[in-house]
Amino acid sequence: MTKPFMFEKPLGMRDTLPVFYETKVSARNKMSEEIKKWGYQFIETPALEYYETIGEASAILDQQLFKLLDSQGHTLVLRPDMTAPIARVAASKLLKQQIPLRLAYSANVYRAQQREGGRPAEFEQIGIECIGNKSISADAEMIALLADVLKAAGLMEFKISIGHIGFLQEFFLSILGTEERASILRKFLYEKNYVGFREHVKSLPLSSIDKQRLIEFTSLRGSEDTLKKALGLVENNKGQDSLAELKELAVQLKEFGIEQYVSFDLTLVSHMSYYTGTLFEVYAGQVGSPIGNGGRYDNLLEKFGWNASATGFAIRVDRLAEALGEPMQPTAPECILFSPERRLEAIEFARMKRSEGKRITIQDITVVQNVDAFTRTFSEVHLFVGNGGSGKDE
Amino acid sequence: MNNSFLTIAMPKGRIFEEAAELLRGAGFRLPPEFDDSRKLILDVEEENLRFILAKPMDVVTYVEHGVADIGIAGKDVMLEEERDVYELLDLKISACYLAVAGLPGTKISDIAPKIASKYPNVASSYFREQGEQVEIIKLNGSIELAPLIGLAERIVDIVSTGQTLKENGLVEYAKIADVTSRLVANPVSYRLKEARITEIVDRLAEIIG
Repeated sequence: MTKPFMFEKPLGMRDTLPVFYETKVSARNKMSEEIKKWGYQFIETPALEYYETIGEASAILDQQLFKLLDSQGHTLVLRPDMTAPIARVAASKLLKQQIPLRLAYSANVYRAQQREGGRPAEFEQIGIECIGNKSISADAEMIALLADVLKAAGLMEFKISIGHIGFLQEFFLSILGTEERASILRKFLYEKNYVGFREHVKSLPLSSIDKQRLIEFTSLRGSEDTLKKALGLVENNKGQDSLAELKELAVQLKEFGIEQYVSFDLTLVSHMSYYTGTLFEVYAGQVGSPIGNGGRYDNLLEKFGWNASATGFAIRVDRLAEALGEPMQPTAPECILFSPERRLEAIEFARMKRSEGKRITIQDITVVQNVDAFTRTFSEVHLFVGNGGSGKDE
Repeated sequence: MNNSFLTIAMPKGRIFEEAAELLRGAGFRLPPEFDDSRKLILDVEEENLRFILAKPMDVVTYVEHGVADIGIAGKDVMLEEERDVYELLDLKISACYLAVAGLPGTKISDIAPKIASKYPNVASSYFREQGEQVEIIKLNGSIELAPLIGLAERIVDIVSTGQTLKENGLVEYAKIADVTSRLVANPVSYRLKEARITEIVDRLAEIIG
């Protein structure tokens, strides 16, 4: 590689300049307030973890991990998600005290970009994990809280698509018989390749009825009626339990009063391979990728030596900020321009203003080259220049 | 929701005419100047549609980033680019296939054989699956030239009639994959504008048969 220019950053790394920073912080604060109102406690975990533990458990593709060596030669990763680190903390420390556990985080995660720009390699996620809670009411709580958090951030229009990986798995297995065959079809769904899915189904040695069932499966999207349609497709009770779970979930989401935000999509599969049951993605207009996702992962904690079911979600703060639209212009601070002989006056005036909660900059005027250009960036300018009376507003 | 504003990315060049004909066949009222316009953005207000005209290789990129909701793209491009888009429908137009070709009666060398292609990823993964480690040379056109003047031993390229290969004295060694144009959709658009996109898919599916 050629020597980087001084202004360059590694691929996918971004600076956050004041206006976007304010938008992000304000959205983050509103969201974390809402999360706290639901009784979740925030925690932090280190940015660096062991490759062999978190790296392996995280379900992010190996080539997307940033890897480095520590001084003892261990391979480390920059955490690619927060769910695995929180599972580690929960399994090794917190779970021994109480179950269920409600934890929250707001942290940067790292995923290397392979190809090109347009996607950040470091981004902030705000999310929650509800651990040791197998009930459907925990699944409903996730989705209800997700909706409340997005509303608190100021997002009014969004759509949460809910699927169930357990249903998909049982349905495929009941028709295809083997996990190997089921995984081929799952891969087509994961790659969003419906054409390939249909062609593959046509090529399988199945009855035309079974082929038709698999093809109809790809249109199981939409309102709650989708669940009824899905029930019509299953045989021998396979997948019925999962559908009953979704039905119960739909009832509870109505009790939370958020049914207008949700729809069902039984074809939904996630790049997060650790999901075991309900899973969901949330979309908002103008942003070409999901702004958040989540689901139930009942087997992940086992990897860290504690058997507990869990569910959670994560919101991409950068994409959310994009969905919120116009960044809000932060109001500019005030400014005092002083000449050296009146510095004390300036300091005292500034202290008074700050005690009133105002933001104010103090600047020695003798080093300002272009006073007009400088003062333009402030909401109000106070001059303490030359001999004479008190500060005069410009 | 059923008439939400939709942006469609269309491929310029070879595929364009067939794609436009297909859309007209499905009942879309495309403007008459559509075919020979040099404009890159065309709005059809009465249909609540916007068309953007892109290089065929770039259609999936526009759709993946969400600046176009749906698009018409060759399967060759999708295999090469592996973009995160929904492949909803095989439009069965612009049929051709990806193939390996070279000079007749030649073998590829055991050590670092050179393969020239416009599709480096497709070529690389095909030879890897065959158990061959090859070196890929990326070219942007007139791929047939490469074996003729000794740049590469094999080429991986699109074959439609085989005429170009024949005229240049090349033969086909293996077929990699069939290629037709596909209707692709951005994952978020597919969820948020589902009704409209599904309606378009149904209309197109009906005339494709």
